Amino acid sequence: MNLRNYLVLAGVTVFAAAGDSMLSHGMKQVGSISLRHLQGVIFAILNPWVAVGIVLLLAFFATYMTALSWADLTYVLPATSLGYVLLALAARFLLHEHVSPLRWLGIALITGGVGFVAGGPALTEHLDRETAGVTAEGRAAAGVSAVKS
Amino acid sequence: MKGVYTWCAILAIVFASVVGDVLLAHAMKQVGDVGALRRRSGLVAVIRRTLGNPNFLLGVVAMAVAFFSLLFALSWGDVSLVAPAAASLTFIGNAIAAKIFLQERVDRRRWIAASLVAAGVALLAG
Repeated sequence: MNLRNYLVLAGVTVFAAAGDSMLSHGMKQVGSISLRHLQGVIFAILNPWVAVGIVLLLAFFATYMTALSWADLTYVLPATSLGYVLLALAARFLLHEHVSPLRWLGIALITGGVGFVAGGPALTEHLDRETAGVTAEGRAAAGVSAVKS
Repeated sequence: MKGVYTWCAILAIVFASVVGDVLLAHAMKQVGDVGALRRRSGLVAVIRRTLGNPNFLLGVVAMAVAFFSLLFALSWGDVSLVAPAAASLTFIGNAIAAKIFLQERVDRRRWIAASLVAAGVALLAG
């Protein structure tokens, strides 16, 4: 795991958080979609917030795929949840909204969970894998965890 | 009745996202380290190799199903129920599926992490 890898993971976090919040803001403006009027989905995509949200989610997708090419799914996923922490911190310190004690507990749990995963190896070593891009660090970290557990 | 619709949509989101995540993770492991591949053969080769992977395409279809289920769920139910329920159930489902289908080493460290994150997301997104 070098600086470039951490930057990709940061991109996963930020794009997911920004994209999701724009999408949810846009869908609130669009309102209910009924099963009988499926064309409502198309109008939803025409809403600018939804459109920008989709572009950001595409950026999220590109960084997510990049991360998955050199790290385990169970390693990358917690990084996506850090976005919720970013949103809550932005609400508190940029928008000066009240953040309840339960939400602070949620922030602590997610941060703790991400710290747990980040301390371990990024990639499970498979003997039969076509090891196109397995890094030396990944191998060394996997060895360390095998000794620990 | 709206509650039943909402939970059906949430379960559809969780199922489709887990299937999609597993397929995409598998596909990207087959493609190999994107950074190294790009330095070796260029960005076009990376894109061509990724888009030509059948698992990747199936994964994208599953993600599209998850995305439209999310749009439906958000239009029926409150975002404060849909977002945390779908996100935290997807976390647990993904940890189980990654262990079974991807043979990832989901050790005690990662189980603890998945549970902490799922609980935290449920609290925070609610």
